[in-house]
Order: sequence, then C-alpha cells, then structure tokens
Amino acid sequence: MKKKALSLLLASAMVAAMLTGCGDSSNSAGSTAGNDSTTQDNSAAADNNTADNSAAADNTTSGGGSLTVWCWDPAFNMNAMYEAEKVYQQDHPDFSLNVIETPWEDVQTKVTTAASSGDLSTLPDIFLMQDNAFQKNVISFPSVCVDLTNSGIDFSKFAAGKTGYSVVDGKNYGVPFDNGAVVGCYRTDVLEEAGLTVDDFTDITWDEYIENGKKILEATGKPIVSCQAGECDLIMMMLQSAGSSLFNEDGSANIVDNDTLKIVMETYKELKDTGVLVEVNSWDEYVGSFVSGDVAGTINGCWILASIQTAEDQAGNWAITNMPSLVGASNATNYSNNGGSSWAVTSNCQDTALAFDFLASTFAGSTELYDNILPSGALATWAPAGDSSAYGVGNDFFGGDAVSAKIVEYSTKVPSNITGVYYYEARDAVATAITNYINGSDIDAELKTAEETVNFNMGQ
Amino acid sequence: MSKPSKKLSLNKKHNLTGWVFLAPGALLILFMSFVPMARALILSFKTGVGADMRFAGTFNYTRMFKDAVFVQSIKNTFFYLIIQVPIMLIFALILASILNNKDLRFKGLFRTMIFLPCATSLVAYAVIFRTLFANNGIINLVLVKLGILSAPYSFLTNMWSARIVIIIALLWRWTGYNMVFYLAGLQNIEYSIYEAAKIDGASPVQSFFRITVPLLKPTILLTAIMSTNGTLQLFDESVNLTDGGPANASITMSHYIYNMSFKYVPNFGYAAAMSFLILILVAILAFLQMKVGDKRD
Repeated sequence: MKKKALSLLLASAMVAAMLTGCGDSSNSAGSTAGNDSTTQDNSAAADNNTADNSAAADNTTSGGGSLTVWCWDPAFNMNAMYEAEKVYQQDHPDFSLNVIETPWEDVQTKVTTAASSGDLSTLPDIFLMQDNAFQKNVISFPSVCVDLTNSGIDFSKFAAGKTGYSVVDGKNYGVPFDNGAVVGCYRTDVLEEAGLTVDDFTDITWDEYIENGKKILEATGKPIVSCQAGECDLIMMMLQSAGSSLFNEDGSANIVDNDTLKIVMETYKELKDTGVLVEVNSWDEYVGSFVSGDVAGTINGCWILASIQTAEDQAGNWAITNMPSLVGASNATNYSNNGGSSWAVTSNCQDTALAFDFLASTFAGSTELYDNILPSGALATWAPAGDSSAYGVGNDFFGGDAVSAKIVEYSTKVPSNITGVYYYEARDAVATAITNYINGSDIDAELKTAEETVNFNMGQ
Repeated sequence: MSKPSKKLSLNKKHNLTGWVFLAPGALLILFMSFVPMARALILSFKTGVGADMRFAGTFNYTRMFKDAVFVQSIKNTFFYLIIQVPIMLIFALILASILNNKDLRFKGLFRTMIFLPCATSLVAYAVIFRTLFANNGIINLVLVKLGILSAPYSFLTNMWSARIVIIIALLWRWTGYNMVFYLAGLQNIEYSIYEAAKIDGASPVQSFFRITVPLLKPTILLTAIMSTNGTLQLFDESVNLTDGGPANASITMSHYIYNMSFKYVPNFGYAAAMSFLILILVAILAFLQMKVGDKRD
C-alpha cells in the first residue's frame, strides 16, 4: 500500500511539474492553448505600431541605457556594432550594447514567427535586415518596424538609391548600413598571361568581356567568372546596371515585356555557352573557385572583397574595376548593386529615444565610426564618411589601389531599382526561366511562365 | 490510507493508476500536438499576407492545384517515393538476412557500419553529398581519372542527375535504419525452421522468399509506412543538397511549404493548407498499404 501511495504521489508530482513547466517557459504561449484564440487575437489587434504590448513585461534588456541588437557577421556587421558602442560610450559612459549573433535566415524566421503570433516580446531593440527583404517585411508585418521618419536621423546624407530599399509609403524604416556596389575583380597575373590588363576590363561592354574571356580561356584554360547555379545574383546585377527591375512602380510584375531582362538572359547564356562563365553548386564552391585560382575573377557586391582577401598567397595579384555594361539596353551603365543591409528599430524597443539617438549619432553621424570599421570592409553609404582621408589609403592586396574611394565613387553612380514586396518570388521564377532557357527552352515561353508564377504568388 | 482504498474495487484502482500514469504524456501530446494541429486546420481556411489573415473558405485548397511549382513538387516527391522506397527496403531486407547468418564473422562490426549513417545529422550528410558530387568533388575526380568522363559532369545542375543524387543520398542514409527493424524481426523467427527447410532441400533463395519474407510481413509493412511518411515529408535533402534546383526539378513539398512561409512573402494559410494535403496523402497511402499488406484478421 505504501508503495502505491508513493507512486501515486510521484505521478501527481510529475503532472504538476510538467504543467507548471509548460506555463513557465512561455507564459503567453501556454495560455493561448487554453483560452483558444482570444489572447492572440487581442494582442494582434492591439499592435498598431505601439511599443507597449502586454507580454513585454518580462523583457529586461530594454531601458537602463542598454540596447539589444541582432546581426550576423562577427567580422563585419557585429564588429561595426561594437565599434558603434565604443563611439557612443564616449558621450554616454553608462550605455551598453548586447549584440547577439543571429544569421539572417534566423532573423527572418524569428521576425515572421513573432509577428504572426502577435507576441513581439521576443524581438530585440534593433536588428539588421537585408535590403531585399525590407519591403516584404514592413508591408507583411506593419507592427514590427518603427517609423524612423521623424526620429531625428538625417536620411538626406545617405545615397538615395540605398535609402530607397527601406522606404515604404514615403516613410523611412531603416538606417542604411553597408554598401553593395558591384565590383569586377580580376587576377592581374592571369590576365597578363593572355596579354591583357585590368584596363581592358574597365568601362567595357559584355561583348568585349566575352571576347577577353575567350582569350584568357585559350591562354590559361581558366574561366573568367563563376556563379552559383539557380541563384541569379549576376542576373539581378546586370538588370539593375541598366536601371531595370522585375516590378513596375505600381507593384505589377515586369517580366514578359522587359526587354532588358531578355538581353540579360541572352548575355548570360552566351557567357555560359562560351565557357567564359562556369556554374557551381553552392556558395562555398563559388568562393573556392576564385580563392583557389581555378577562376580568374568574379563580379559581385563589394563585400566579396573580404572573401577574396582570404587568399593571402594571391596578395598583390588582384585588381578591381567596374562591371561590364549591357549591349543594346537603354540606360546601360557599368554600375550596379548587390546585397547590403539596413538597421531597423522594432516596436518591442522600450526606449525608442535611446535607440534613435544611438543610431543618429553613430551610423548616421560619426565619421570616426566609419573610419574604424573600414578595415573590415564595411563601406559607408553615408556621404560624409566618403570624404574622410581613410578612404583614400591604398590597399596592398589590390596592388596599392585606393579601393575604398573607388567603391564609394561607384556607389554614387548605381541606378536605383524597385525591389518590390515579391522580390524573392520573382527572383526564383526568373532563375527557373534562365535554367530552362540555357537547357534549350524558348525564351519567350519561359518568361511567360515566370510572370505567371509571380502573378500566381501575388494573387492571394 | 487503507480506508478509502477499500471503497475502490481492485479493477477501478488499477484503472485509476493507469490513467494517472497516462495523464502527463496525454496532456502534453494534447497541448503540444493536437491543439496546434487544430489551429493549423483553422489557419488553412484563411488567407492574407503576414499577420493580416481573413477567412476564405476552401480557397487555399483549390488554389494549390493551380500552383505549377507545387504540382511540380508533388511530382518530384512521388518520384522519390516510387523509386527510392522499394529499392531501399529490398536492400535492407537482403542486408538483414545476410547479417542474420549465424556463421558470419564480425557480425557486430558489419551491423554497426551499416547502421552508422543513421547517426549522422541530416544537414551534415546532405552537405557532404553535395561536396562529393561537386564539379571538383571526389566522384568527378574518380570518374575523370578512370577515363569514364572526359570532363567533370555537373551532377547537381542537371535535372535527372540531381534527382538521382538525392535518391542515392537517401539510400545511404536510411537503408541501415530499416535493416535494424528487419534484424529485430528476424530474431523472432525460429532458426529451426531454416534448418528444417535446409534438410528438405530448400536453397537459401527459396528459404528467403518462402520463410523470411512471409514471416517478416508485419515488419515490412511497418517500414513501408514509415518510409512513405518520411519521404512525403522530405525536407533537409532538398534544401541542403540541391536547394530544390535546377529549376525546381528536385524541390519537395515540404521545401516549397517552407519557402512559402519564410522565404517568400509569408502566406501561412496557404502553407498550412499544403501541409494538410501531405497529411491526407500520408493517410491514404498508409491505409492502402495496410489493406494490401496486412492479411491478419
């Protein structure tokens, strides 16, 4: 009997422990299960950009001169935040920053989860957002980001093409961070073997690029550029270099009637067919292709320089210049943009005044900060920083060239484009079209399918 | 303590103890699994962008059949199912009967080696297969060095080879797992039956088809249902090995559902509806397999 009583006691203790455990770990999530949808619906309805949601009570990170930040690259944007903390601490010694390393995919998943459950208390005060995803997130989840238009941050000092990514309905939601101006990078020693120099790749068209590429292929057996199959980074760069987008101003898809896109696809196919471009399967293979010296160059956003410089044995053998321009496209230029990100302030931030002041006096107000983070490859989109003497210093890896100043100059010439809310859908649809086109399908039929796919995704 | 217990009959007391032990698990399953499932079902009848959802009836369910990419993902998944599951189960069965041989030496070592792939993480092995089949990967290197190929073949950027690589990866990862079930089943088959068959002059092939397969039927049914279920929910391989490419040729249903929720403009209603289609498909296939495979009364 005693044994049974004991086991009963143990069992009930277990039940109690489990149930309380349930409640403790997520005080709001547990209650939603019990009260059906009432609690969730309430909080979802109440979140009209007001920061005070009920569940935020247990958030200890806010206030008290401290801010929590999510960003993803220890060597790059996290480093920038630490430097910003130091700059801000000069005037505010009590200030501290809690930077949490969160890969972009995780940031997106967490933001989506928090916003769609209506419980924003899991979000940090500030997070870094990919420019391409900015429109999508602000429009899909209007409760997440705080309107920064009247926050005291001077947005006119940033490159207009860059701030455009984070402006929705005329309101600013992001403080621009890194620059994604496209650079063409070349191995000068390989070019030499084919009797070429980097000047032969400056201010050229894609036709000239292919001719040069063939010469290099013949002389050295090396392709001149590699890219990831199924990821259309290069396509998007080519498209933007002529100021073209996959969407119109009114948000409708611009694929079938987009003559520039057609030229881009034909150029890409020719690059692939001539063997000047080689497709690889993954990002690490892509980086490996030029770091190992199998491929004689690459074209990408300037942040790729950080990866190139990991090949220390090739120091002094690299040079950068602008990208080739499209032949036959109106408004064709040698400049484009790929990637880049901006800081957003969340509605979960309890001390928005502090967050605004912090951003205004660092990323939107300190040349010192931008000078400090320059060695990590973080190039400013904040105009006053470009005038700093630090940007004129030569980089030995690139033969003593003043790389930073060059990139800032490129970035001012980048034509702006429309990312649209359905950017990733359109991108994937176009990538599918290109893969099929390379394998022999009809270009017009593929573009039509791509536009139908995008329209399908928009019709919900 | 002894007084109130006298009022309960022995039977009731046993029942009560049973319920008390069942309660914690049952409650957890109820709140962690069934409540979310019910909520997902409600969600699947809603549509909208992000958190702004409204009821739309069966809109999502009719919509998915007009979705070219989703239809493609269904075809891909069924391709994996039809090709991979039978091959895998046959391999597992053959391996299990070889390793069940009493006279085989180093049995434990072989069993461990064949089961070992199951201990690897899904993401890790998918990434390793991607590296193996890369343009400069070891498979291409060996094929070129042996003179079978003149130049590296891009396995993952060609439609059929990408699908076949996924199937090879799945075979490597899951054959050993199913083999263990068969080995366990084989332990329950009396060895004297095989001896009797041997005396009667049955060949090893005959005893495999006449003794092993019929007696293992319940286990085979179990593994078939589990593999079908697992294949219909295939996700890691599609994401990490091929990224659904080239041109959606290897994308699975779960991968597309993930894209719909987290990569694209979030449409949770539609994603939930597609998830319920998978549930329905799994249920139908499991039912069919049980009807065909289980002849017990």
